[in-house]
Amino acid sequence: MSKHYLLGNEAIARGLLECGVDVATGYPGTPSSEILTALAQYAKENKFHIEWSVNEKVALEVAIGAAWTGARSVCTMKHVGLNVAADPFMTLSHTGVVGGLVLISADDPFCHSSQNEQDSRMYAKFAKIPCFDPQSPGEAKDMLAYAYEFSEKFQTPVMLRPTTRVSHAKSDVDVYELQSRDRAYEFKKDIERFVVLPKHTRVLLKKLNEKQKAMSKELASSPWNKLSLKEGAKLGIISSGVASVYVEEVLDGIGIPVSYLKIGAYPVDDSLIRELVTSVEKVLVIEELMPLVEEQVRMYAPFEKVSGKLNGAVPHEGEFDVTLVSGIIKKALGLPVQKPADVNVDIEIPQRPPALCPGCPHRSTFYIMKSVFKDESIFASDIGCYTLGTQLGAVDTCLCMGASITIASGLSHSGIKNKVACTIGDSTFLHTGIQGLINAVYNKANITVVILDNRTTAMTGHQPHPGTGATILGDPVTEVSLEALVKSCGVELLQVVDPFDPETTKAAFKKAYQTDGVNVIIARQPCIITAKKMGIKRKPMEVIEDLCEGCRRCVKFGCPAIEFENGKAKITDACAGCGVCTKICQFGAIKIRSD
Amino acid sequence: MSKYDLIIVGVGGQGAILASDIIGKAAVAEGLPVRAAETHGMAQRGGAVENHVRLGCTHGSLIPVRQADCLMSMEPVEALRFAKYLSTKGIAVINTERIVPPIVATGKVKYPDVDVIIDTIGGLCSEVKAENYTELAKKAGAIQALNVVMIGAISRYLPLKPETLREIIAASVPPKTVNVNLKAFDLGREA
Ligand code: SF4
Ligand code: SF4
Repeated sequence: MSKHYLLGNEAIARGLLECGVDVATGYPGTPSSEILTALAQYAKENKFHIEWSVNEKVALEVAIGAAWTGARSVCTMKHVGLNVAADPFMTLSHTGVVGGLVLISADDPFCHSSQNEQDSRMYAKFAKIPCFDPQSPGEAKDMLAYAYEFSEKFQTPVMLRPTTRVSHAKSDVDVYELQSRDRAYEFKKDIERFVVLPKHTRVLLKKLNEKQKAMSKELASSPWNKLSLKEGAKLGIISSGVASVYVEEVLDGIGIPVSYLKIGAYPVDDSLIRELVTSVEKVLVIEELMPLVEEQVRMYAPFEKVSGKLNGAVPHEGEFDVTLVSGIIKKALGLPVQKPADVNVDIEIPQRPPALCPGCPHRSTFYIMKSVFKDESIFASDIGCYTLGTQLGAVDTCLCMGASITIASGLSHSGIKNKVACTIGDSTFLHTGIQGLINAVYNKANITVVILDNRTTAMTGHQPHPGTGATILGDPVTEVSLEALVKSCGVELLQVVDPFDPETTKAAFKKAYQTDGVNVIIARQPCIITAKKMGIKRKPMEVIEDLCEGCRRCVKFGCPAIEFENGKAKITDACAGCGVCTKICQFGAIKIRSD
Repeated sequence: MSKYDLIIVGVGGQGAILASDIIGKAAVAEGLPVRAAETHGMAQRGGAVENHVRLGCTHGSLIPVRQADCLMSMEPVEALRFAKYLSTKGIAVINTERIVPPIVATGKVKYPDVDVIIDTIGGLCSEVKAENYTELAKKAGAIQALNVVMIGAISRYLPLKPETLREIIAASVPPKTVNVNLKAFDLGREA
């Protein structure tokens, strides 16, 4: 054993490796993405299969197939990805597994990088499968070994649900030797189990319900659910997941006895809750996201005895921290809550929201699209870096992965008079966008579809996909041709452009604007970050001060490398040399840097 | 509890994650339990970033407000944005080189005066050290070494040995840049 300094997701990857995982699948999504990337570096040497799948449903189904042969599999995604995978997920609990299957669904309280704040524990409960809810990177790793054994013992899939502050926390973590991996893989035919005809499912459901009690009993004595009753305690606190680490930090510094139930695995056995509830006068439930535990607690206690989200003692939204949790606990104990002295800064602090990078090809595409389609058009968009196109006024809608083309179709069918254009990334198009395109052509929508093909899944950290010609291991594979795909959907006007060449791109958008029906523009130029990594060198630009008229046209383009000082534009060292601004300045004041 | 709470802030792309990584690994090398939290995802695209590092800590990775012993800010305005974490007994180490947000370039908002920023933060904690650490990074040989220059600058306050930090820096940066980075560390430490 040795201690390593690991990111939560790296600790999870190491745990999977130590458990001898055979098949690992997933679709990138913050905060889950680094798990597979970290695991991939071990794949060749340890001979297991690993893949980025095209979407979460596909990923889960591949993992299920493997687990049915006795292999250990894992499937990673973010919470909203589980919506995409919900169909196989709900039935999977009925068939169960043979080899261990861990589904990792990473939640994101406070939506640091997500379109909503949903609670995967609810999904686990919905599907009637156990869920492990770690409080730290180290616990997440330790839970995995237990989770695989549990999964195999009960022949059930299990969920590991880290949240942002576990996945993206770092800590010193114990690292162990790898277990040997000599399994006999075999698919034993069993129609009554693996073919979910209604007749079979009715029996499977009964079995699924029957094993719930046994599972919660076993989890009650696991290290993840811990009850500590304190002599003379009037207050009992129940907390779960990452919230429990804040509770523990607060309880550490409070000199009053408080009984405490820490929950890290569900379903929670009634006995643990009963024991706490009956031993104290008041119970406080502190959990992030939804009041899942609280609702269970309230089944055994009078309403007045329990505090939590449902009586407003604990906030419903957002993520917790020590300051917030300390206030809640002190209030429950009747202690004065001293808010830390406010920091009143009398200065307006300029906002610094994330922005498209200097030299990002999407900026140019958006800029040109807007200049042709004008403000009165409606711009539907999708999930990815390019959602930041809101800053250029080129993103009017964003719902969920793959919904830009379908939303645009709906807008065009509604009867509105405006032109409709939508943008979608290459990875997103392959995820669930393509079905929207098939549907749009089939049902005669009137839209321009712009595929922002930057040859990668940029937002989550540049993962490859079937259009990039490489697997997660960097092995070369045949690239999916977006052109051929688009054509095969029945699109008649397809134009492929280079957004760094504004003139031809503009001409393509003009043609698109005048075309009825569904037409597609593929705007292709590698992401500026991958381009740099690939060794593409471009010369930076500079503003010739004497020629600059201070019109701010280039500044409005929104490239973070263009600043404005003393009435003139200035290009900083951040310039990536895409050259687009040279075409935007009407006075020819922007040139390639002379030195 | 935590022995030493450090918050590292800056702008996406400045290397805040590598900086907190180096300090975290140095803590592990010295047998100090450590917890840290990073900013990932969207915010890294040129947005404001905050990384928490808690040395000698076995609790959560988030530093409570008004509890940080040290604020290392790689950009002046970001020091102001995250000043709420600073303890009244803490120290702020601030790079004076500005990165102007696009909202300022378009003329909508003004960038506050750097001296005013430094004075304001001075009123919140016990000590402020403000230098143009970007210039020092250039002097060391690469603007990218700013994060290491600043590790050098805060190394006097951390409960970690400078030798350990130097070792981890050498092991963490690209092999070709080891010398530049070690020089950056020394320049920061002397500043
Ligand atoms: S060339 Fe112009 S638009 Fe492109 S990155 Fe440099 S400053 Fe930005
Ligand atoms: S567009 Fe040209 S003239 Fe106008 S501010 Fe920029 S560099 Fe100066």
